[in-house]
Amino acid sequence: MDFLSYLINGLGLGSVYAIIALGYTMVYGIAKMLNFAHGDVIMIGAYVAFFSISDLGLPLIPAVLLSVAVCTLLGVLIERLAYKPLRSASALSVLITAIGVSYFLQNAAQLLWSSSTKVFPGVIPSGGITWNGLTVSWVTMITISVCLVVMTVLILFINYTKTGRAMRACSEDKGAATLMGISVNRMISITFAIGSGLAAFASVLLCATYPSVNPTLGAMPGIKAFTAAVFGGIGSIPGAFLGGLLLGVIEILARAYISTQLSDAIVFAVLILILLIKPTGLLGKKLREKV
Amino acid sequence: MKKKIGLPAFLTDRKYRSRTTSFAFVIFGWVILEIMMNTGSLSSLFTSLLVPVCCYIVAAIGLNLNVGISGELNLGQACFMSVGAFTAVCLSGSLAQTIPSPVIRLILSLFAGAFVAAVFGALIGIPVLKLEGDYLAIVTLAFGQIVKSLITNTFFGIDDAGFHFSFVENKVELMPGGKMLLNGPMGATGTERISNFTTGIILILISLLVVFHLIYSRSGRAIMAARDNRIAAESVGIGIFRTKMLSFVISSCLAGAAGALYGLNYSTLVPAKFDFNTSILLLVYVVLGGLGNMTGTIIATVVLVLLPELLRSMQDYRMLIYAIVLILIMLLTNNETVRTALQRIRRKVRGKTNG
Amino acid sequence: MDERKTPVLEVQELGIDFGGLTAVNDLSMEVYDGEIVGLIGPNGAGKTTVFNMLTKVYQPTRGTIRFLGEDTAKKNVVEMNHAGIARTFQNIRLFSGLSVADNVKTGFHGRIPYSPLTAIFRLPSYYRKEKEIDEKTKALLEIFGLSEEADNLASNLPYGAQRRLEIARALASQPRLLLLDEPAAGMNPQETEELMSMIRLVRDRFETSILLIEHDMKLVMGICERITVLNYGMMLAQGTPDEIQANPEVIKAYLGE
Repeated sequence: MDFLSYLINGLGLGSVYAIIALGYTMVYGIAKMLNFAHGDVIMIGAYVAFFSISDLGLPLIPAVLLSVAVCTLLGVLIERLAYKPLRSASALSVLITAIGVSYFLQNAAQLLWSSSTKVFPGVIPSGGITWNGLTVSWVTMITISVCLVVMTVLILFINYTKTGRAMRACSEDKGAATLMGISVNRMISITFAIGSGLAAFASVLLCATYPSVNPTLGAMPGIKAFTAAVFGGIGSIPGAFLGGLLLGVIEILARAYISTQLSDAIVFAVLILILLIKPTGLLGKKLREKV
Repeated sequence: MKKKIGLPAFLTDRKYRSRTTSFAFVIFGWVILEIMMNTGSLSSLFTSLLVPVCCYIVAAIGLNLNVGISGELNLGQACFMSVGAFTAVCLSGSLAQTIPSPVIRLILSLFAGAFVAAVFGALIGIPVLKLEGDYLAIVTLAFGQIVKSLITNTFFGIDDAGFHFSFVENKVELMPGGKMLLNGPMGATGTERISNFTTGIILILISLLVVFHLIYSRSGRAIMAARDNRIAAESVGIGIFRTKMLSFVISSCLAGAAGALYGLNYSTLVPAKFDFNTSILLLVYVVLGGLGNMTGTIIATVVLVLLPELLRSMQDYRMLIYAIVLILIMLLTNNETVRTALQRIRRKVRGKTNG
Repeated sequence: MDERKTPVLEVQELGIDFGGLTAVNDLSMEVYDGEIVGLIGPNGAGKTTVFNMLTKVYQPTRGTIRFLGEDTAKKNVVEMNHAGIARTFQNIRLFSGLSVADNVKTGFHGRIPYSPLTAIFRLPSYYRKEKEIDEKTKALLEIFGLSEEADNLASNLPYGAQRRLEIARALASQPRLLLLDEPAAGMNPQETEELMSMIRLVRDRFETSILLIEHDMKLVMGICERITVLNYGMMLAQGTPDEIQANPEVIKAYLGE
């Protein structure tokens, strides 16, 4: 029973990672960049949700929607101002810029809201359903459900809408997509918007589980979700989903059965092992260089 | 080819000029700073920054070999600094009675730190260098986290009965008079501060020498060939793995020496000091200084370490300004108009010196 | 073929599949010592794939490659170069961040070796070996008319010079067999003319056999002693230039119908 409850908790945490990882993977797929600032967008999302609930007194759903709106806008803004001018620059320049944006967001948050940790209000009732001695908390259930819904909607969007197909075309071949009359810049903006909007969802789910809000809140989940995206094969949406869930489960099981202190090390060790066996991740595509 | 008679090759040959510039720059800086220190015109804040700056420079030079010359994105350089630092601190601490001379202990600890970091580099390099591109980068990041996590969970002490070691849980019990060298998340405390600025400068000069000697040799050409075109490099008989491993190990070795110097400069040192952010900072120094450009790396490191201190008057806004400066530099250096303008200026300057 | 000559390269029933698709099948051919052999065929016939198998960039699915009498089944790309096969590439692959001279110097990697420690400590053998590499590089650049460009970046060279530089780099590894992949591509008739005499000179001076892929029939018929024709990954014909030109199968493959 213990194992089962750990597994479910792992899936809950993994769902949060999966939603964040989607942001990384979609941006990587289309813009071929590692958006290091993604974790900090989560942090901003958490603050917006926090203030709209505790200061503005909004109920949960409008607070989440407000947070989504702010993050979406922020994501698009960051892309326009910082990344778009670097479309033809080296990958390293873009990476450093993303790091700069990450510093900027963290320090801005610290200036605006101080570095002290704020306690996120309990928005989701504690307790849960107990069945045969196995208790699953509401938070976990809601997190997993949100993740499944997000995943389904996203896959439907990518595969069955005109915009979704255009986004896929851009990630396959920008030149060809441009020739087909697709505006690559617009598609990249949309990708950033979706990724950052999802980050807001992730932030609320994250804070429902770990209810503390501070300016470096996004850093570690960011790195882990990024790892999850690589786990699954960066650029692949089902890969991010699978990678996120796996990572959450591994982390919780390692914490429960091996050592709390070493759980992070174990997560990263598993990542290395997976990459050694499958150098492009679980569902990543292998590209062969033409000689 | 034009040849100026009378001037030695290191001044005329374009190849060696970058090396000469780097050395001249470091030695010039050293002289100036020594004069300032001796006349008392250097604030205590800046004096305290001298050794750390040297450490970051050495680690960044190593990283530049890895990222600029060898072309591999390494996001875990700080973990080799960490390995070097704690090796050196532990060695220096355990030799405190045996070898009273701090100079000899410092040299021994630096070598030990560099060596152990190089061994870590070789071990980590085996899986890392089998991968390519962003996957390689993420694995260096992962190893950085793992090494940090391992050091954070290591307890290591010495007393008259010898060494005591435990992992994850602190089970080290020392006899009276014993000394805890590495205390898990608390790191090292009570370290005797034996590093100094002169050692730092010497370490910079040695690392420049190592890197430049390597670059202008068979191995250096092989490293750059493997970076520029993997398949062509293999087809002229260059083993990619061995070549990349060489640069990775030397890079880790330099980071280890840098870490050793760093660790011996503070009486307390926590493992969390060498986290992902430190790796990223080193990468920022390298990219801003210019890939493969060692003098640039030195300048960028000095400026970026000092910038937050210079902005102290701005107080709370300094890190925000730091972030904005970082973004602006990247945007400007990649801007077409700015680029062409810079090239025009460079051509003009060159035209004047040649004519 | 002259019976006294020994084969440098012997290929038997060579074939490769890419995910169920057969790219090359049942290819057998030899290159003898000091010979210039042409490998021709319509686009997509599998010529470059043959080069990639000979240099082990691709591992053949079937068949054997014997080089200098030795089976090469276990060798990888690097070991094939050390064994004595060097090549150029259809889509030029120079080391763009290195100078022209340094590009050639990389070619001596396996031939004039010294350890990284020798370099770091600048031991006497470093200076000796570097001097040898330097002199040999200068000689190669002279032959290929690249002396003036020695210190320029390889990527700044004009197209034809880049192709010559690739040959010079390949020759630095002192191959017994040189594989040239479309050496005349993008060259004007006069440059092609010069290239032809250069290839002959390379064969005589560097005592290497040459196997070349080329679409320029004037070049192929002018310098190759024997020609192998590929079509759809299969060998269509083999023989002297005269025989190939008279072969109705070949004409059909090239002209269609």
